Amino acid sequence: MINSTVAEISAALAAGDISSVEITQAYLDRIATLNGELNAFITVCEDSALLAAKAADEARANGLDSPLLGIPLAHKDIFCTKDILTTCGSRMLHNFVSPYNATVVERFNDAGTVLLGKTNMDEFAMGSSNETSFFGDVKNPWNTECVPGGSSGGSAAAVAADLCAMATGTDTGGSIRQPAAFCGVTGMKPSYGRVSRWGMIAFASSLDQAGPLAKSAEDAALMLNVMSGLDKKDSTSIDRPIEDFTASLNQPLKGIRIGIPKQHFAEGLSREVEQAVRDALTEYEKLGAIIKEVDLTNSHLSVSAYYVVAPAEASANLSRFDGVRYGYRCEDPVNLEDMYKRTRSEGFGEEVKRRIMIGTYALSAGFYDAYYRKAQKIRRLIKDDFDRAFTEVDVIIGPTSPHTAFKLGSKSDPVSMYLEDIYTIAVNLAGLPAASIPVGIANGLPMGMQIIGKYFDEAKILNVAHQFQQHTDWHKQKSTAITAASGES
Amino acid sequence: MEWETVIGLEVHVSLSTKSKLFSGSSTEFGAQPNTQASIFDCALPGTLPVFNEEALRMAVRFGVAIGAEIGKRSVFDRKNYFYPDLPKGYQVTQLDFPTVGKGALTVTLADGSEKIIGVTRAHIEENAGKSLHEEFSGMSGIDLNRAGEPLLEIVSEPEITCAEEAVAYLKKLHTIIRYLDISDAIMAQGSMRCDVNVSIRPKGATELGTRAEIKNINSFRFVEKAIHSEVARQQEILEDGGRIIQETRRYNADKDETSSMRSKEVANDYRYFPEPDLLPVVIDDEYIAAVTAQLPELPDARKARFIEDYSLSNYDAGVLVSSRELAEYYEIVATASGDSKLAANWVSQDLLGLLNKHNWEIADSPIQAVRLATLIARIKDNTISGKIAKTVFESMISDESDVDAIIESKGLKQVTDSGEIEKLVLEVIEKNPAQVQQYKDGKEQVIGFLVGQCMQLSKGKANPAQVNELLREKMQ
Repeated sequence: MINSTVAEISAALAAGDISSVEITQAYLDRIATLNGELNAFITVCEDSALLAAKAADEARANGLDSPLLGIPLAHKDIFCTKDILTTCGSRMLHNFVSPYNATVVERFNDAGTVLLGKTNMDEFAMGSSNETSFFGDVKNPWNTECVPGGSSGGSAAAVAADLCAMATGTDTGGSIRQPAAFCGVTGMKPSYGRVSRWGMIAFASSLDQAGPLAKSAEDAALMLNVMSGLDKKDSTSIDRPIEDFTASLNQPLKGIRIGIPKQHFAEGLSREVEQAVRDALTEYEKLGAIIKEVDLTNSHLSVSAYYVVAPAEASANLSRFDGVRYGYRCEDPVNLEDMYKRTRSEGFGEEVKRRIMIGTYALSAGFYDAYYRKAQKIRRLIKDDFDRAFTEVDVIIGPTSPHTAFKLGSKSDPVSMYLEDIYTIAVNLAGLPAASIPVGIANGLPMGMQIIGKYFDEAKILNVAHQFQQHTDWHKQKSTAITAASGES
Repeated sequence: MEWETVIGLEVHVSLSTKSKLFSGSSTEFGAQPNTQASIFDCALPGTLPVFNEEALRMAVRFGVAIGAEIGKRSVFDRKNYFYPDLPKGYQVTQLDFPTVGKGALTVTLADGSEKIIGVTRAHIEENAGKSLHEEFSGMSGIDLNRAGEPLLEIVSEPEITCAEEAVAYLKKLHTIIRYLDISDAIMAQGSMRCDVNVSIRPKGATELGTRAEIKNINSFRFVEKAIHSEVARQQEILEDGGRIIQETRRYNADKDETSSMRSKEVANDYRYFPEPDLLPVVIDDEYIAAVTAQLPELPDARKARFIEDYSLSNYDAGVLVSSRELAEYYEIVATASGDSKLAANWVSQDLLGLLNKHNWEIADSPIQAVRLATLIARIKDNTISGKIAKTVFESMISDESDVDAIIESKGLKQVTDSGEIEKLVLEVIEKNPAQVQQYKDGKEQVIGFLVGQCMQLSKGKANPAQVNELLREKMQ
């Protein structure tokens, strides 16, 4: 049952075929077996998980039923969880126990889910390979010599390896979609403002958005139903009527217009990924879709603009980690300046420090107009490109990443790492929703396809993703490496 | 060489909202350290600001009161710097799009003339916490109760030319803020603070000299003294052929001098950028109209009305409207007593004298407006004389019973019974034959002495007019 979708587990729980305690224990056992190798979890909450599962079973016995009641999940360690360690993958918060729950966490708790633990991630969500975590690399379950992608690599690996039924992630420049592609799971970054950021440790406030990592588009829809909605504690969360994202999953795709950005099929894209996406497009044509090329003229500027805006915001967001009130503080500071310097030098890893410096530089007197202001203008141009494209098409489809997961330690140059997110970053700059779904396997590693929608058109993206998954089974493929490692048949 | 002084003021006022600018924490003054600090105020990871619209309403209220342009789209920015009492590592403020734009204040100077002083802008920002250096040996304590309290920073044009003008501007600002009820504006408690930018230049020069900024002055008197001492310092340096360094200075009241805090030439780069956690605050004409409609009568308008309705002098009216509480107090006394001029004298002299002596506010006054009105009414209806009234006034400070009861119990009621007055008059005539003779010989002014004798004999209770009349009658 642990490799089933949420929808399937939910049905089994409702039918009484299995209890939440049983399925929770099964996941805990699986974590115990595999986490040593995968390092997907930073914290496992065995006792509280079993208590929550028991409570869910009791609630169900008392007549309560809801789609996620008793479903075991994992939260990315960027979400504050009351009384549970919340590290954000950093030495800076290696000892931080949050006194409060993030809104996302609160909403899943209210829905009756069972928290198995907190997943590993790139430090402060800065990275595309999960190699920047203070708590060590996460291994890709398909090939443990490869990265799982990042920054939500722990969540993607945990879902792919059946260490949980579903997991949360966050996406600032591709941090849900790229690991989803690398690990062969379904991930979605919702529209900016759809999901509350309260309690989600900030990287780049104007880009950060939480979303689901799941085993199917339907599961992602079930998660989004719980996660989304106005939160008065986040001024950038948007007041929209409550939507049931599962409602339109089965809408036929006949006549739907799919845009293909020529810039996403250009130099740099690997042959196998291109082929996989083109095959998927053929599948869509069979379902009645109309394929059309679209022009995202300024997409080549997105990585540069992103690496000004995101570090600039991060440089301020990470100022609060100063050793004064919580988290890491250096030993025996001689004075205030010494405390600041050593706390931050020792508490942050290389990539985080690099981005703080880039951001600080970009905001400095005399450079603001040349960098930050210009990057904001580019952001506008990129959004305009999408707006124009969406007058002609309903969704835009392309590869999530130019290639499959790369080897651990193979990318030592920061810029080549930054270019990993070449297809995903523009979506964050424009605030749009986008999903990545499995679309093929090459050399034993999964590949992902990105589906971008109009602002607040998550339902359409999920519909397009679900229909594909109704007619293909890429999302059901499992790594053989892991089943062998765990000794299962 | 003759010099002229150029002064610009930056005044920080704590807005008296119930909760902080971006969190629900209370803003009550004087609580135990860190008891009014929420997870947001402590800058816990993941927490976010939610703008308190009460602060916006107060800022707009101030803006319309000084006839300023109101920013229909104000934008918050982050001002980045590290300090332990700044928990987020940045202060949220408004840089390019403040809520209040250009406006002006009219101040009255010592010679009675008026001057208009421009206000450049007023922006909303959050306060920092407090570092406590004394109680912790070798360490500093941090109190975040104040962190995140809403401030309105009011920036004047550099149009102030001397210390006295600066104080007049500050007092006017203080009065308006108190009328608007947007802050306690108590300098001693820090709910109103002032940074003074001072520079001097040769008289008639058009370019500004290099300025020094004197930070955090907490009384009107110190503002005046600090400016005097800073101007003298700059003048001495320039006349010795030196140059002024642009820097931040502090004023030491004990030594009556300013000293350097830090040089601005190696200034912090605050790396301002728009706060992405907050949306721009957008307001429309309707909002501004609604705030305008709720404005109270402001000091200038009230002064004009007092002159008109109560026939007061420009000076008296100015004194009485200098605080909203005083003006309201006066108005009750004037209408309830039926004598606006007598009321003005009693309020501006006796009452204010009493309050100043004890350092009391109007609210602390043991003599409420209606009681003072009754006292004045008793002078008017001849129950007591003006002189006796002073004695009654003194009694009223410690005796809370009603005015008539005090007059009665102390036997201070004016004697108007002509039989009793006749007795007094006859006794005085009998005891002072020499003076009576002088009067009869035509030395008219002796009457004053004789009236005085009668008053003394009656312990001040006799009606002096009646005494005067009867004396003349009996000495004919």
